[in-house]
Amino acid sequence: MLGAALIVFRETLEAALIVAIALGASRGIAGRRRWVGAGIAAGLLGAVAVAGSARAVANALDGRGQELLNAAVLLAAVGMLTWHKVWMSAHGRELAGRLRAIGHDVGTGARPLIALALVTLLAVLREGSETVLFLYGLVASGTGSTGLLAGGALGIVAGAALGHLVYRGLLAIPIARFFQVTGWLVVLLAAGLAANAAGYLTQAGLLPILMPYTWDTSWLLDQQSLLGNLLHVLVGYNDHPTGIQVVFYLTTLAAMHGLSRRFATPGHPRRAAAR
Amino acid sequence: MSHRISRLALVLATPLLLPAVVHGADYRITVKNHHFVPAELTIPADQKVELTIENQDATPEEFESHDLHVEKIVAGGSSVTIRLGPLAAGTYRFVGEFHEDTAKGMLIAR
Repeated sequence: MLGAALIVFRETLEAALIVAIALGASRGIAGRRRWVGAGIAAGLLGAVAVAGSARAVANALDGRGQELLNAAVLLAAVGMLTWHKVWMSAHGRELAGRLRAIGHDVGTGARPLIALALVTLLAVLREGSETVLFLYGLVASGTGSTGLLAGGALGIVAGAALGHLVYRGLLAIPIARFFQVTGWLVVLLAAGLAANAAGYLTQAGLLPILMPYTWDTSWLLDQQSLLGNLLHVLVGYNDHPTGIQVVFYLTTLAAMHGLSRRFATPGHPRRAAAR
Repeated sequence: MSHRISRLALVLATPLLLPAVVHGADYRITVKNHHFVPAELTIPADQKVELTIENQDATPEEFESHDLHVEKIVAGGSSVTIRLGPLAAGTYRFVGEFHEDTAKGMLIAR
C-alpha cells in the first residue's frame, strides 16, 4: 500500500507544485481559480486519453512517440511560461500597485490566464497519464486490493496537500516582492522543464548528449530523495545532468531573462539604475 | 528581440532537423511477472546500443533508470526500444517503476 501511495504521491506532487506556481504567479488576477481549475480538469481528461493510447503512442514515429510527446508537452509548457513571464514584466508592476491600492483581485482579461491554464493542463496531463496507467495496472491485474487503491488515494491527497503548502508559503511573501519572486520561480521552472525535454530528445536519439558526464552531486543531494525531487520540479535540480541538458537549462534562463528585459515597463527605478 | 526569438526557435527546432540516428547493436530484456529477465545484462561500453524491453505481463510497466536518464512506459503485452549510449564502463541500475519491489535490474557496460 505504501509503495502505491509513494508512486502516486510523486506524480501528484510534480503536477501540484506546478499548479502552485501557476496560481501564485497569477495572484490578484480575477478569475484565475476558474482558469487554473479548467486547466486541471482538461489535463485529467487528456491524461486518461494519453494513458488509453499508450501503446499507439509508444509505437508511433519509429518508436519515438512517447519521447517526442513528452518533449513536445514540456516545450509547450516552456513556451507558455515564457509568454507569462514576458506579460508580467510588462504588467506586473502595475498589477502589484493596483492590488495594493484596492486590496482585491483585479480584472485584466483572460490573456495572462490562458498561458497559466495551459501550463496547468500540460503538467496534469503528463504526470496524470503515468498515474492513470499505474492505477489501471493495479485494477487490471486484480492486485488492486482496497489497500493498494487506498494507497493511491492517499498519495493523491498527500501530493496535493504538499503542493497547497508550497502555495501558502508563496502567498506569505510580501506583495512588493511577490511578483519578482514568482517571476524567478517561473523562469527556473521553465528552465528545468526545458532540460527534461532535452533528456527525452536524447533518449529518442534525436539530440546529441554533448557530454554524458558533467558532474554528479548525488552524494550531496540525491535527486530521488523528497527534497531532491522537490527541487528537481521547482528549479530543475539534476544531480547528474548531461551536457545538452545544461545547455537547454542555461539557454532557457538567458532567453527568458532577455525577453522579459526587452518587454519590461520602462521607468522602473531599479531597472533604470541597473542600466 | 526578433533575433532572440528566431534563435530560440532554431534551438527548439534542431531535433527536427537532425537525421535519424544510426542503429546500434540490439539487446533485449523481458518483463515477466513483474521481474526483469535477465536482471543483469552486459552491454558494450563506448558504443550506441539499442535495448528492447518486452513486457509479457498484461499490465503496463515503466522502465526507469535514473543512472541512464531513461524513463519509458511499456504497455502490457508490448515492446519498446530504448536507445542508449555510448556509455562509459560501469554499472547502471534500472527499475520497473510500477513494481519497484520486484522489478529491479542492472546493465553492466564494459
